[in-house]
Amino acid sequence: MLIRRAPSIKPSEITDERLYWNRREFIRTAGGGAAAALVPLGGLSSSLTSLADEDKLTPWEDVTGYNNFYEFGTDKSDPARNATHFRARPWKVDVAGEVARPAEYDIDDLLSGLTPEERVYRHRCVEGWSMVVPWLGIPLSKVIDKLQPTGKAKYVEFTTLLDPRQMPGQRQRVLDWPYVEGLRMDEARHPLTLLVTGLYGKTLPNQNGAPVRLIVPWKYGFKGGKSIVRIRFSGGRPRTTWNLAAPDEYGFYANVNPEVDHPRWSQARERRVGEFFKRKTLMFNGYAAEVGSLYTGLDLRKNY
Amino acid sequence: MTRVALITRVVKPALYVTAVLPFAYLTARLATGSVAGDQVKFLQHVTGDTVLACLLLTLSVTPLRRLTGWNELIRVRRLIGLTAFWYALVHFISYLVFDQSLSLMDIAADIAKHPWVLLGFAAFLMLLPLAITSTKGWIRRLGGKRWQRLHLLVYPATAAGLLHYFWLVKKDVTDPIYWLVALLVLLALRLWRRPAGRLRPVPLSQERGTR
Repeated sequence: MLIRRAPSIKPSEITDERLYWNRREFIRTAGGGAAAALVPLGGLSSSLTSLADEDKLTPWEDVTGYNNFYEFGTDKSDPARNATHFRARPWKVDVAGEVARPAEYDIDDLLSGLTPEERVYRHRCVEGWSMVVPWLGIPLSKVIDKLQPTGKAKYVEFTTLLDPRQMPGQRQRVLDWPYVEGLRMDEARHPLTLLVTGLYGKTLPNQNGAPVRLIVPWKYGFKGGKSIVRIRFSGGRPRTTWNLAAPDEYGFYANVNPEVDHPRWSQARERRVGEFFKRKTLMFNGYAAEVGSLYTGLDLRKNY
Repeated sequence: MTRVALITRVVKPALYVTAVLPFAYLTARLATGSVAGDQVKFLQHVTGDTVLACLLLTLSVTPLRRLTGWNELIRVRRLIGLTAFWYALVHFISYLVFDQSLSLMDIAADIAKHPWVLLGFAAFLMLLPLAITSTKGWIRRLGGKRWQRLHLLVYPATAAGLLHYFWLVKKDVTDPIYWLVALLVLLALRLWRRPAGRLRPVPLSQERGTR
């Protein structure tokens, strides 16, 4: 993907090779049985994206033990505890709205023929912490091409499973369930936008949004809906959950922006999980060169 | 064993040990690397909860004395109050150092811009004179009446601390609501007085205890 845009990546932003191979080593050893699954991936995918030297991978324990997934409880340790028996298969995804063939797909049919790529992305939460995660996923644009939305489709909406029996957090009305997130079509089609099915070379853990979730690395983490059961294309902007819950605090765009503060806290800096001191937050989470053009002429203070 | 002996020889030592427990827990969790995610937030949440718990405990001493008639319970109040202060200090310093890297400009801007930071800061500033004047010498210098009036600051400090918590929570305010209910119960107990049973004022010398 981005590696094809090599000229735009500064040498300082390229992942240190030793780090890259250490990472491979780690995945091979820690992955155990999953190592076999990595063999075909290793040859096909590359670790692209503009990662800087100081962007070390966040350990597996943090990525899978510190999660905002309110469907399983509001404490960050709740999802790892409460999602252990979650059933991520069989899994249906309802494709609806402005699309050539609206239908309910089995997740494996929906993604068949599309090979997951490994993408190491920075992940910035609106709360002010961040991680670096080696995701496995399929560019959303490839799925969209498969689904063939009509010319009227201007937005795409993602709905999370509603199942209070499996998701104890949904028994409390902390948010207006089910969780809904959405993107503009050009954002959805951007090569960085990923439908994630795994991380660290393994199948996506339940607490991270199994079996399929969205990752939009230049936006705050809450834009990435988890455990998706419905993809709807529409002409109008979707009504998204956090935006409905607190419109003055969480906008539809939710682009990472150090210059536009959350009303209750600054977004200028962030704490990388595992570190004590904060670091500066980068415009569009460091992906400005790739996505900045999507927002030319848009007032980012108003459209936060 | 007399009641005084029970309090000074059993209750107080037990409270000293209890006061160190959150610190021991923090140290153990951080040292063993068993905290998933943001370690500074973890430190701040544990210390913040401890401060609130201690402040509510100090506020429960008077109702407890009324309910049980054990006036000697006053002897443990300073210990609990100072525990609140020490944890508040760790909480505050962790903010100054880890969140703001000791940058005065950033700290001033943060306090000016974000009301919940201001509330936390105000709560700490209110606890500070209470901790300083907790000694026998200061009680003597101020005189009982003035000392007691000054120490009424514990009420706004607790309220500010709790509001600070409410304001920073992203969405789920269940935990701060528990604290609020506890605080309201303690305040309500103060309004309720048995007709005949107004508390005997405790002579100052006895209030501060003698060791």
